[in-house]
Amino acid sequence: MRSKTRRAALAALCAGAMVFAAACGGDDSSGDGDDKTITWWHNSNNEPGKGYYEQVAKDFEADNPGVTVEIEAMAHEDMVDKLAAAFQSGDLPDIYMERGGGELSDHVEAGLVRDISDDAAEEIGKVGGSVAGWQVDGQTYALPFSIGVVGFWYNTELFEQAGITEAPTTMEQLYDAVEKLKAADIQPISVGAGDKWPAAHYWYYTALRSCSEETLTDAVGTLDFSDECFVQAGEVLQDLLDTEPFNDGFLSTVAQEGATSASGLLATGKVAMELAGHWEPGVMQGLTEDGEGLGDKTGWFAFPAVEGGAGEPTAALGGGDAWAVSEGAPDLAVDLVKYLLSDEVQTGFAENDMGLPTNPAANPAVSDPALADLLQVRDAASYVQLYFDTAFGTSVGNAMNDEIALLLAGQASPEDVVAATQAAADEEK
Amino acid sequence: MSHQGAALPAAPAREKESTRRGTTRRVAPSPGGGRWRQRLEVVFFVSPALALMAVFVVWPVISAVRMSFYRWKGFGPMDDFVGLRNYERVLTDDVFTQAVTHNFIIVVASIVVQLPLGLAIAVLLNRRIRGRGLLRTIVFVPYVLAEVIAGVVWFQLLQPNYGTVDGIISAVGLTPPEQGFLGTPELALPTMFVVLTWKYLGLAVLLFLAGLQGVPEELYEAAQLDGASWWQVQRRVAIPLLGPTIRTWCFLSMIGSLQLFDMVWVLTGGGPANATTTMATYLINQGTQGGNYGIAGAASVVLFVIGFVMALAYQLLILRRDSASDR
Repeated sequence: MRSKTRRAALAALCAGAMVFAAACGGDDSSGDGDDKTITWWHNSNNEPGKGYYEQVAKDFEADNPGVTVEIEAMAHEDMVDKLAAAFQSGDLPDIYMERGGGELSDHVEAGLVRDISDDAAEEIGKVGGSVAGWQVDGQTYALPFSIGVVGFWYNTELFEQAGITEAPTTMEQLYDAVEKLKAADIQPISVGAGDKWPAAHYWYYTALRSCSEETLTDAVGTLDFSDECFVQAGEVLQDLLDTEPFNDGFLSTVAQEGATSASGLLATGKVAMELAGHWEPGVMQGLTEDGEGLGDKTGWFAFPAVEGGAGEPTAALGGGDAWAVSEGAPDLAVDLVKYLLSDEVQTGFAENDMGLPTNPAANPAVSDPALADLLQVRDAASYVQLYFDTAFGTSVGNAMNDEIALLLAGQASPEDVVAATQAAADEEK
Repeated sequence: MSHQGAALPAAPAREKESTRRGTTRRVAPSPGGGRWRQRLEVVFFVSPALALMAVFVVWPVISAVRMSFYRWKGFGPMDDFVGLRNYERVLTDDVFTQAVTHNFIIVVASIVVQLPLGLAIAVLLNRRIRGRGLLRTIVFVPYVLAEVIAGVVWFQLLQPNYGTVDGIISAVGLTPPEQGFLGTPELALPTMFVVLTWKYLGLAVLLFLAGLQGVPEELYEAAQLDGASWWQVQRRVAIPLLGPTIRTWCFLSMIGSLQLFDMVWVLTGGGPANATTTMATYLINQGTQGGNYGIAGAASVVLFVIGFVMALAYQLLILRRDSASDR
């Protein structure tokens, strides 16, 4: 009797599991709805960005009668999680954000992204060379709407106190500055090595200075890291580490949350500089009571040149966000993306300080002085290299970042970083 | 029937009784119907729970096992079958073996440190002392606090230079570690363990106190009449009788230590230099962060097997005594 009940229960369980499996599997119709409804996910969930995008959607609806744009504005982390789930189920919104590189090419390989090379040829031409990060095999799959570059943000007052008159342009000068700051009892640099990627940005930059553009482009395509320059990159970083430039406890410091984060330390005048992207002024504003961040004390300089390195001193590390259209989305979604990259919308985007616009027509509209300076640096750069972790894809990027964090902790050699990256890359092939 | 019923009030009742019995008897010869009904009832009442379990326990376990045999990035079709390759990678990964070691260090340290400490506090708080209720509450409060909140608070307390802990250490004339307690690889795991002890000691004390309530007062009195000191009473009477409670606590502590995640994730994220990784943080790092869902699947199966084997062994070797005495 008992065993029979058990068998019956098991049967019920199996039936339940099958129903569930069927429910999961049978959802191929993809809830995109009809051709007149466009779903759009973005991460501008604060004003003025949120309201601006609502207005943009309304204008688009007015220009295309009968069309409805359904916007979902989410916090960035929420959006990333929701997108990950959407990629798994294959039920994507019509328009969403892509960071480009290996991540995008994985999505393309899985047949999730729509090729917009022909439909948006005009906009691709306007954006110019920086669209390369969103191309796979010569085809364009997304339109970048904001691209920023990484560099050193520094506190001009603390630099003055330490007697540093000019921003460093070579590594030697940077070491010099570190020494002067320490002599003045100021912690030189903060880094959120606890989050790994801020630490990895150092290696990315030393690699960018040590390797030629060709070597790097090849590496992204072939995932071959055998060139000497990748080991050199680690050695240059090792030299910097030997000057002990980082804040106390940097191995467990987080990037952006709270006053004791790397950004918080810079914003509150506890350290003199931090290597970070175009988001830094905004992050610092959120971390100070008066909402000013460093205010007029904010300074910026590019990652210094590496002596004897094959890389270009004006090359910049950066990245950004692009609008992608999912496979099977209506043509109208492509039209909306094109509209988002239009002179008009990009100008509004710049006026609201929502990022660094990619359509040159919008450049004059950038009002924030720090962002305006950065825009000039970006446009003057010989090329903008996409963050390596994004460029090489999640799996390789994660392994690389883990090993670079170990290098900072003194537990991995420059060779180890290359070996670990190569090992993860070989798994991809 | 009605007048008869008035004359013989007992009769209809008896008749009804017999009819009812009759019904039972009448059904009895065909056993299938009743059992089937009973079975249907069982299935009906059990199915909501079973459905929940199927969806939230059985199904994830099955899909994790399935995932562990594939190379899969988290989207697209799962069709790159790699056999046991993922298991090979997990088991030969230094970071994973370190993580397992950390888990076992926590398992052993928890029992070695928290058990005597918890017992001592429980025995002390079992005496009639002033402010006993308050003291009991203070010991138990950390356990009630949400793990993430406790983690964030400790993270701030342990900040180098600006944290309270560093302040106290400097105030008494000692030098705090330069990179902070969480930023120095050698100190991170011991620090983590101190925080975990602070957090979970309350549960041990609560369970032991509850166990002590079950020790009959007469036994204490008898021991005292025989001239036993307070210490002897505790050692020879109270603690031996706490045996089942202690064994249950050890089991809970062991399972909790194997699954350790929240506190580590908030305090260090597994760092610095993988000094505090656990099997669970390894899973997250490989899975959602690295996009290697196959490897994460294999690691989760390994974690499941380790947990399952240890739980089973504990049940068979240690807890059997307790359950046997119940029967």
